Amino acid sequence: MAKELLKGNNAIGEAAIRAGVEAYFGYPITPQTELLEHMAARMPALKRTFVQAESEVAAINMVYGTACTGKRVMTTSSSPGVSLMMEGLSYIAGTEVPMVIVDVMRGGPGLGNIAPSQADYHQMVHGGGHGDYHPIVLAPASVQEAIDLTVLAFDLAEKYRTIAVVLADGSIGQMMEPAELPPMAELKKHLPHWAVTGEPGRARRLLTSIYLNPDDEEVTNMRLLNRWMSIRDNEVRYKEYFLEDAEFVVVGFGTAGRVALSAVRAARAEGIKAGLFRPITLSPFPENELKEIAAVAEAMLVVEMNAGQMLDDVKLAVEGALPVEFYGRLGGVVPFPDEILGEIRRIASGPIPDSNRHARQRWLERLALLREKA
Amino acid sequence: MMNPSMDTNAQIVYQRPKSLTNAVTHYCPGCTHGVSQRLVAEVLDEMGLREKSIGVASVGCSVFAYNYFNVDFVEAAHGRAPAMATGIKRVFPDRTVFTYQGDGDLASIGMAEIMHAAARGENITVIFINNAIYGMTGGQMAPTTLPGMKTTSSPLGRDIEMTGMPIRMSELLAKLDGSSFVVRRSLHDATNIRKAKKAIRTAFEVQQQGLGFALVELLSTCPTNWGMTPNEALCFVEEKMIPYFAIGDYKVVDAVKALKV
Repeated sequence: MAKELLKGNNAIGEAAIRAGVEAYFGYPITPQTELLEHMAARMPALKRTFVQAESEVAAINMVYGTACTGKRVMTTSSSPGVSLMMEGLSYIAGTEVPMVIVDVMRGGPGLGNIAPSQADYHQMVHGGGHGDYHPIVLAPASVQEAIDLTVLAFDLAEKYRTIAVVLADGSIGQMMEPAELPPMAELKKHLPHWAVTGEPGRARRLLTSIYLNPDDEEVTNMRLLNRWMSIRDNEVRYKEYFLEDAEFVVVGFGTAGRVALSAVRAARAEGIKAGLFRPITLSPFPENELKEIAAVAEAMLVVEMNAGQMLDDVKLAVEGALPVEFYGRLGGVVPFPDEILGEIRRIASGPIPDSNRHARQRWLERLALLREKA
Repeated sequence: MMNPSMDTNAQIVYQRPKSLTNAVTHYCPGCTHGVSQRLVAEVLDEMGLREKSIGVASVGCSVFAYNYFNVDFVEAAHGRAPAMATGIKRVFPDRTVFTYQGDGDLASIGMAEIMHAAARGENITVIFINNAIYGMTGGQMAPTTLPGMKTTSSPLGRDIEMTGMPIRMSELLAKLDGSSFVVRRSLHDATNIRKAKKAIRTAFEVQQQGLGFALVELLSTCPTNWGMTPNEALCFVEEKMIPYFAIGDYKVVDAVKALKV
């Protein structure tokens, strides 16, 4: 397929269609609405299911219904809408049925705004709803990657009977870039052995997330955890840039990682041995890879469009082997490469002063100063 | 007693429907859940739908409906059964999809989902159990609790100044253009049980014929949480519930009227 100029939201929707999604349920919310609109036009034309639900609560439970039939199904939303879906996600996790959800994150908390943000990291990577489970979380940094990860999300969700999240942000959803879509896949011909399909000539099937006997629920939780261990062992994905000889390593995902790459290139042009590590899977988190980098690098800088939600995971991964600094913008503000370049220069210029105080505290003070100057 | 198999004239006239499992019931003595589930199972048997059906259980005492129905089943989140049924029916339009929901589930937390499923004319069958109370959690006030009725969360009796009047779901749903068949029946005596079965049969025929959203509301008992004997509970349905929740046909579109049931 040739490259086309595609908007992120439309590209994700079309990628899902090409991957064989049979049902889509959603609710309008900016900055992902074009995705719902794309599905509204395309799905009925292909004789597949599209329903604009009365709420995100209903949408996720419609997804839950289709997921129980074993057919490919997805929903998409943005931060406040995804919050409403947490109940359904927990039930889906507890019932062990596959589905794909795309969160085109926006500024929060609350109604917030419609600008790009990464503040749902904790909610998706360490959550979902109530109970003990881990969704797979994939973080694209371009329209092309959003396409590729959407297709991958369906495969991983089915392989592990789990939730797969594409965690994008408003800028990925709204930007237009040349990208290549995959060819149209055939719809699934065979449904899995557990699917509730109302089929004659076999024992009845039941899908539920209720296990009133705690012993049974413990066994279920162990099964979920074992599956998660297997995901951790096999599905870690990331991208490395200029890491061969890097002394100062920036760690950032999605749009923040992409902006950081510009800063790293500029730092290299100045002779600073900077590199970038960009996690693609936020869950499972590439902790072993970061630990290996930490053994040879001098310092790390975590860059996010939130208050350092991934920062905590990076610090856990490197186990204090090197200083980990932080730079973030909040509430829908996207950092400029120059801001990150300034941080790389600061770290590369010598020992970090006042380093016994938490990196987040010191960053917050720098951010306040920056805003005063502006 | 003579072994019936020895008597060539003996006929089986009453047995467990194939659409029910042989699980031992967890419902309390005098509870009418068993009656309503049997009626649904008999209808599925008679229509030959057992192996083409997918049931959606709800949250409340009916949470374990799937233990009793010998058909494919899923278990929804509280109030979301109509949304989950939508997700199933849309990708399997030739299967029979039904929800089985209580009044806390359908009329309180699931109000949005049931209203919009009806408004869309979703081609599903809804069995709605109205016993005017939350059974599973131990007898709290429901949207259907009668004025003055004592529950564990209205210990002095339902105060309509503070909590409003009970919600009549059938009347509400009938107002939506999307609904095709909405009726209320009662399970308090044999005559009414037979009428309830006929309504359930019609509700499944509506789906079979692709005629849209069908709901049967069944006035039911909760002797345990009402603090009554089973007999007193049946009398309560007749004397207290029916005057407020009148038995009747609230929506029967012409295409449904034309059905021969």
